[in-house]
Amino acid sequence: MDEKLLEIRNLAVEYHTDEAVVYAVNNVNLTVKKGETIGLVGETGAGKTTIARSILRILPPPTARIVSGEIFFNGTDLLKLSEKEMQKIRGNKIAMIFQDPMTALNPIETVGFQIAEAIQRHNKITRFEAVKRASEMLEMVGIPMERYSEYPHQFSGGMKQRVVIAMALSCNPELLLADEPTTALDVTIQAQVLDMMESLKRQLGTSVVLITHDLGVVADTCDSVAVVYAGEIVERGTVEHIFDFAAHPYTLGLFGSLPQLDSKEPRLKPIKGMMPDPTNLPPGCRFYERCPEATAECAEGPPPDVEVAPGHTVKCIKARGGAA
Amino acid sequence: MTPLLEVRNLRKYFKTRYGTLHAVDDVSFTLEKGKTLGVVGESGCGKTTLGRTVLHLTEPTDGQIFFEGRDITYPRKKELRKLREEMQIIFQDPYSSLNPRMTVSEAIMEPLILRGGMSRDEMLEETRSLMDTVGLAARFENSYPHELDGGRRQRIGIARALALKPKFIVCDEPVSALDVSIQAQIINLMLDLQEEFGLTYMFVTHDLSVVKYISDEIMVMYLGQVVEKAPSDELFANTLHPYSKALLSAIPIPNIHKKRKRILLRGELTSPINPKPGCRFMARCDYAMEKCNEPQVLEESSPGHFVACCRYKEIMNS
Repeated sequence: MDEKLLEIRNLAVEYHTDEAVVYAVNNVNLTVKKGETIGLVGETGAGKTTIARSILRILPPPTARIVSGEIFFNGTDLLKLSEKEMQKIRGNKIAMIFQDPMTALNPIETVGFQIAEAIQRHNKITRFEAVKRASEMLEMVGIPMERYSEYPHQFSGGMKQRVVIAMALSCNPELLLADEPTTALDVTIQAQVLDMMESLKRQLGTSVVLITHDLGVVADTCDSVAVVYAGEIVERGTVEHIFDFAAHPYTLGLFGSLPQLDSKEPRLKPIKGMMPDPTNLPPGCRFYERCPEATAECAEGPPPDVEVAPGHTVKCIKARGGAA
Repeated sequence: MTPLLEVRNLRKYFKTRYGTLHAVDDVSFTLEKGKTLGVVGESGCGKTTLGRTVLHLTEPTDGQIFFEGRDITYPRKKELRKLREEMQIIFQDPYSSLNPRMTVSEAIMEPLILRGGMSRDEMLEETRSLMDTVGLAARFENSYPHELDGGRRQRIGIARALALKPKFIVCDEPVSALDVSIQAQIINLMLDLQEEFGLTYMFVTHDLSVVKYISDEIMVMYLGQVVEKAPSDELFANTLHPYSKALLSAIPIPNIHKKRKRILLRGELTSPINPKPGCRFMARCDYAMEKCNEPQVLEESSPGHFVACCRYKEIMNS
């Protein structure tokens, strides 16, 4: 379990537009172990999806640029591979589930065909075998084989997301990037899909990077957590550490913003203000303006990554030498 | 005291190519002034249609609606216009519910212009005070919606709803499109406004932790019908209907020490078109049996707690 599958080092991604440069991801370090599910948590625009897309190298050209960094997957730097070599990894070794199942499928092909296509692309097998494999995948995600020849519009949202998951898992990827896979679904359907992902993960031993803004989903499914804010990972650690000993003021703010089911306080405790403009980031701590703990020192330079406990790091000067 | 709003046996059917769609089917409730009624359910359960029908944004098929004791089921045009000042709505999507070509102050002023009776200066002053009330800085006065983030846009939506000093506001998923930290800001704002102006809310949402937090009473809907209705804490403490139980157990709780058993439902929402007379949840229910084929009526299990399940007592004791 301690074997590293993916290691991101000092990743920085920018989007260049006519007017400005968006600093979307800055100096991100992240490790995913074999068989682990890691949650990337953060708000809209924090850079979660950009990190995932960088791994697969599917950032939108021509605006996006990976400025620096290395992404090691099983020891090879993905950023140094040729496009042809990358194609062998994409969808095969690393697969991605996108947020919106309504737009992730081709409306004019049957769902079965779309899964078989992915399988045939990466395996030297006959059409017949691919079709057989695709039907098995459908069965595995709980869709009866008889629906193989139906089109996406004939499926409900939850079923479409299952199709997308079946497709993503069809080549037994070692790493699955799931970008808000259940956000578009109702809670009871979300429960079904999360449950299914969990059992598939156990069967196939896939590592998962789960992008979400829902801390409840994280508590339910993840082994470790990385909290993303304004393009940086501000806190990371095991799920136990993050939920019990959260140390970064932003992480604490996120928890405070949530209505708790079992307590009734007169008002919620939101984080004041908003995320800084990614084209114009402050030189010091990015959370400085919204932070209840901020001091003048925080505005001066970027805060260090402080290891408050083994495997639990916090990007905050206040955490220096702090107990956890 | 007469309740602010009373809805009796409200029905809203839509004719479709495939038959009659029962979007809202025999829904009754009363809502006291200053209280919040939460309406929860999954996509397609009729919660939005219920809100819109109460406001006459669509006409009811059958049933009665009383507002401050007056029957407003079939209002005359003039009456309806007056009614619109007292009953307002905040929409789900702050991105599509605003006119992209109107500035913030134009958008907020629009209801004032439509009502009439104020000079331009008075309206401008009122607009500024509304912006202040909802926490929009004066510098955004001449901004367009696309320049603002979701939270600020939703504040415009709230200011528009408040402009005519309504008594009752239907909030249709007002925070679902927002990030949690912003969501908390908007929820706090809505609670402050309720206190300040004595507003009555009907809060339509699929987010159960939000609804528990904000509501006095909660109504759980399934395929156009109310399956359970109870005071907020009571509903969470003593959930009776099998569907409510599954729904509540499916909410992921941000707490790693409370691992609950999720009740996984089989299948998905069935069609609300030409439904059978029996329990609509039957096909997905673990407790379904012969007598569930008969129409289910809301029964009072304890004071104020209603459930539409013929087997709730057996399930409670098992």
